[in-house]
Amino acid sequence: MDNRQVMLITGTRKGIGEFLARYYVQKGFFVIGCSRGKAEYELADYRHFSVDITDGKAVKDMFFEIRKTHKRLDVLINNAGIASMNHILLTPLKTVCNVLNTNVSGTFLFCREAAKMMQKHKFGRIVNFSTVATPLKLEGEAVYAASKAAVVSLTQILARELAEFGITINAVGPTPVKTDLIRSVPKEKMERLLARQAIPRFGTFEDIANVIDFFIKKESEFVTGQNIYLGGV
Amino acid sequence: MHDKIVEIIVAEAEELNEDREDRIPVESGIDTPLFGGDNAVLNSMGLITLIVAVEQSVEDEFDTALVLANEKAMSMKNSPFQTIGTLADYIVSLLKEDGNG
Repeated sequence: MDNRQVMLITGTRKGIGEFLARYYVQKGFFVIGCSRGKAEYELADYRHFSVDITDGKAVKDMFFEIRKTHKRLDVLINNAGIASMNHILLTPLKTVCNVLNTNVSGTFLFCREAAKMMQKHKFGRIVNFSTVATPLKLEGEAVYAASKAAVVSLTQILARELAEFGITINAVGPTPVKTDLIRSVPKEKMERLLARQAIPRFGTFEDIANVIDFFIKKESEFVTGQNIYLGGV
Repeated sequence: MHDKIVEIIVAEAEELNEDREDRIPVESGIDTPLFGGDNAVLNSMGLITLIVAVEQSVEDEFDTALVLANEKAMSMKNSPFQTIGTLADYIVSLLKEDGNG
């Protein structure tokens, strides 16, 4: 019997998700990743699913396959997310629906299905992704910030609903990290944004992994419903 | 199929009974009360535990993914979670919809 912990990370095709997949494989986890497209890398102890995280049936089928094959799920990291950076007067409704669907419904769906698997073993760790755009009230990011505010609310309430199953659920709120998500933001705007942090620099993938490491530790069983913003926001 | 599903629900209810003081009277078969109605034996947390366990067992038995707490269940005039019989009927209908019937 394989005793390795099984971790599911969403949005692992590139960026933070890919980094986390590699990082946790190295730490001895069996990592399952997913993204809409195929992963362009292969790792031992890593399995990739191509799935749209807002497609309820496809997601359920994936969890069914995970349960059949791995029998357990110890950690879920809801990293997948999309951003929209635009003034409200230039934001199409379709964009709003897409952002809410991916960031809120997708997170909800994965929390629900993961918790079904975790509750049987009376152990589980879920980490969601919030953003400093919410407390910083960034203009141009109303929809993205609102979707992540919803993720924080979801995290806080699910913490109470899932506590009795031995499942903790917390969130990490990264500062801007140099990824595709912020590619289109003008340099001056980014500098102004960083200046509002207590520690005015870009975040790194390692900064995020450090918080996740803390949340998913066995010893963190008394830590739930919390949201940690990086950079002193 | 119906009998097999009743068997699964009874087995999961019996497993749940091991940790319960107020046991689910599974000897009543399909008439065993579960949730809602005057004779309900499960509170909401008990129902959640039973539904998740039954969902996974049915998935394993019929080799198909299933969500029991879906919109259909929530919008039905009479809750499918009232007795073992109504729950079994409901699961049969879901499996048939899914092409597994």
